[in-house]
Parts: sequence; structure tokens; C-alpha cells
Amino acid sequence: MFRKLSLPNSLTRKNLMALTGLFLCFFLVIHLAGNLQLLLPAERAQLQYNHYSELLSHNILIKIVSYVLYASIIAHTIYALVLTLRSRAAVGSQGYAYDRRGAVSPWYSRNMGILGTLIFFFLVVHMANFWYPYKFGEVPMDMAGRKDLYRVVVIAYREWWYVALYVVSMLVLGFHLLHGFYSAFQSLGLYHTKYGRWMNWAGRAYTLVITAGFILIPIWVFFTKPTPLP
Amino acid sequence: MKIQLKIWRQENARAQGRMVDYELTDINPEMSFLEMLDVLNEQLIQKGDMPVEFDHDCREGICGQCGLFINGRAHGPQEATTTCQLHMRHFKDGDTIYVEPFRSRAFPVIKDLRIDRSAFDRIIQAGGYISTRTGDAPEANAIPIGHDVAEAAFDAAACIGCGACVATCKNASAALFTGAKVSHLAMLPQGQPEAAERARKMVAQMEAEGFGHCTNTGACEVECPQEISIRHIARMNFEYNRAGALKK
Repeated sequence: MFRKLSLPNSLTRKNLMALTGLFLCFFLVIHLAGNLQLLLPAERAQLQYNHYSELLSHNILIKIVSYVLYASIIAHTIYALVLTLRSRAAVGSQGYAYDRRGAVSPWYSRNMGILGTLIFFFLVVHMANFWYPYKFGEVPMDMAGRKDLYRVVVIAYREWWYVALYVVSMLVLGFHLLHGFYSAFQSLGLYHTKYGRWMNWAGRAYTLVITAGFILIPIWVFFTKPTPLP
Repeated sequence: MKIQLKIWRQENARAQGRMVDYELTDINPEMSFLEMLDVLNEQLIQKGDMPVEFDHDCREGICGQCGLFINGRAHGPQEATTTCQLHMRHFKDGDTIYVEPFRSRAFPVIKDLRIDRSAFDRIIQAGGYISTRTGDAPEANAIPIGHDVAEAAFDAAACIGCGACVATCKNASAALFTGAKVSHLAMLPQGQPEAAERARKMVAQMEAEGFGHCTNTGACEVECPQEISIRHIARMNFEYNRAGALKK
């Protein structure tokens, strides 16, 4: 089983990390675009967001994509672990007595594993709070007779510590993306000298939009306290 | 100037090593780092102790033999220099200087600061060459190569194989070394016929030697004495993926 899981070398493993990572990057765009509906005035947001949620959960295409998404998250996590273990072995047991290697690379690029682990734990909390109740739990209905996910979300974001958890988690995600987006293209070899600078900027712009967007939503809900209709 | 040294001493490949303290007085700031170690060794020999073994050859920064991990950095605190081109004027009077060998499982310590870098040789043997009939020297202009291409290829070919990239990498990856070699030949017409096979074989050998993966932190290009860009790693990845995609 483990033998079959291990791709022939670190380049192929990194290709897999890059492809799954970029797919997750793509997912974040769609996820953020959908969630920006939460910023609409309460009544409109409630109807529209619940309609959107229902649409997603009943669309066969979205269902297929969601399975690819789960598989990507699992593969990205497992291969990160496989690569880290191999890297430990490659470094060897004897470390440096005096180590200032950190001075020559950004801290987040050296700690992608830790950032990734934090994101993984956030994902568990995130899915336990919204995805699980929506799919399998009890959710009140809105006026149009749809599951009122909007209510679940805005009530959750009334707690300051919950908003704080989200903001911190999104910053963690931001740093992971800041290195990950650029790194994925480098790993796939799609990093030309001529376009390299553009890719750097594209990565930074992408990271800024995604991170700021996901941070804005809980803060906005916390301060505007929208009241969903019964 | 006066300096305190903490140097890794290890009897042989199997022995347990440790950091040993030495003190040197009257060091000329214009000495190179290796000349300072020469002074230390003279003193050790006079006292009847074993001198500190370290690799060195040209002492001009072009051979790639010297390579020490100095004060937590590959080739010391100065960027884009080999250890032999680092001078004592970059340190202060009374400084404590840590001197360790480049660390990685693929570079076992032979003795003291000397390491076995033959893993690099085997990566080159796997495909870092072009197969050609060696007769008379060919006419230099027989194959026209644009100036930009020649310069770009030479940027990669400038690698001296010192191993600083592996030493500074958190994963002990040899991606910059292998990338430079793959990239150098991939850019030139002479390298084209064997480009796919070369990328596959060299990557496979790099894996077999037990080097880690590349996480694109970019630390290697900062420490590289020849300032080889990590773009060459991307080109190696591209060449490897292309080889896989077009495999018959």
C-alpha cells in the first residue's frame, strides 16, 4: 500500500503537491466569490446565500468537483508528510551547532509544514461548524423553505473569539499561499525567466485578495450584526 | 586580531565528532579564512596535535573544493563567496567563530571538516554530459549559438559543485546543483539529443543518493558562490516533466 503511494522521486511528489495545491487555490477563489454574498443586506443575503448553498449541494458537477477537492486535500496532506519524513532523513541526524540558515530565506517558506498543519486543524473546525451541520445535522429553514445556512454563519460570527480564530487562521493561510502559489509554478517548471516577475506579482495579488476577502467576511458580520428573518 | 574558534573535530567517518575550542592570537585581518586555518594547523603540528583537516585546492574561488559552514552559514557570512575568498577582515577582533562541515546524509564526514561529495560526481555521471565522437577539436563556429543563449547557459555552467546549496537547504536538496547541470545542457543545441534521458537519469540519481526535495525557499541561490538562480531548478523540473510527457 505504502509502496504504491510513493511516487518514483521527489520531483513527481512535488508535482502532485503543486497540482493539488493549485486546485485548492482555484477552489478558494470560487469559495470566496460565493461567500462574498454574505456581505449583502441581511434579507437579500439570507435568501440568496441559502439558494446558492442549495444549488451547490444539488448539482452533480459540483458533487464531482467536491470529491476531487476532498481527494486533493488528503493527497496534499499525505504527500506533505511523506516529503517531510524523507527530508528529515536526507538532512541526517547531526545538525549544525550554530545555525543561521534562516537568514537567507523567508520564514514562511521554511515553515510550510507547520502552516499547513494549522490550516488542516482549522479545516476540521470549519467543516465541523458549517459543512457537517448543513449536510447531516439540524438546520432551521428560511422563509423560502431552504436550509438556513446564512443564519448558522451569522450567529457563529457574533462570537468575538470565533471571529478571532478565523482571522488568525486566514493569516496563516495567507502566508501558506504567499509561498505556495509561487512555489507550485516553480515545482511544475512553469517559471520562465521572462515571466517570473509577473508570476511573483500574480502570487502576491492572489494571496492579498483571498486573505483580505476571507478576513473581511467574519469581521464585517461581527460589526454589522445582520439579523436574519425568522 | 584575536579570535576564538569552535571547530568540528571527528576522527573518521564512523567516529563520534564534537566541537573543540581553539584560540588564535595575532591573526592578520588580510588573511583568508583558510590561511587562518593554516596558522592554526601550524600551531597544532608544532604542539604535536593532529591538524584540522579541510578540503581546499585553488584558493581562487573557482574549484569548488573548499566549503565550510562558518557561523551558521554556508561559506560564512559573506554572500556569493567561497570559503577561500572569505577574509578575516569580515570578522571582529575577539569574535567567536563556529566552523563545521557541510551537513547532509549524502555528504558523509570523512574527517574533521572534510566531507565526501562523490554523490555529486555520480549525479554528473548519470547524465551531465553529451555523447560525442572526440576527434579533432571542432570548428568553434560550426554550430551558431546566440549570445544570450550562450550567456544563460554559462550562468548555469558556472556551478563549481561546492555543495553549499545542499548545506544551506532545510531539506538537504541537491536541486540547484542538478538543476544547473540539466539546465546548462538543455539550453544548448549540443545538449538537445539527450535532453530527456539526461533529465530522467540525473533526477533518478539525485533521488538514489538520498538528497531531499526542493521546497523553493531560495536559500541556495543566496549562498551559491556563483549566484546560480533557482530558475534553473524550474527548468530542470520542466525538462523532467517534458521527458515524462513525451516518453515513448
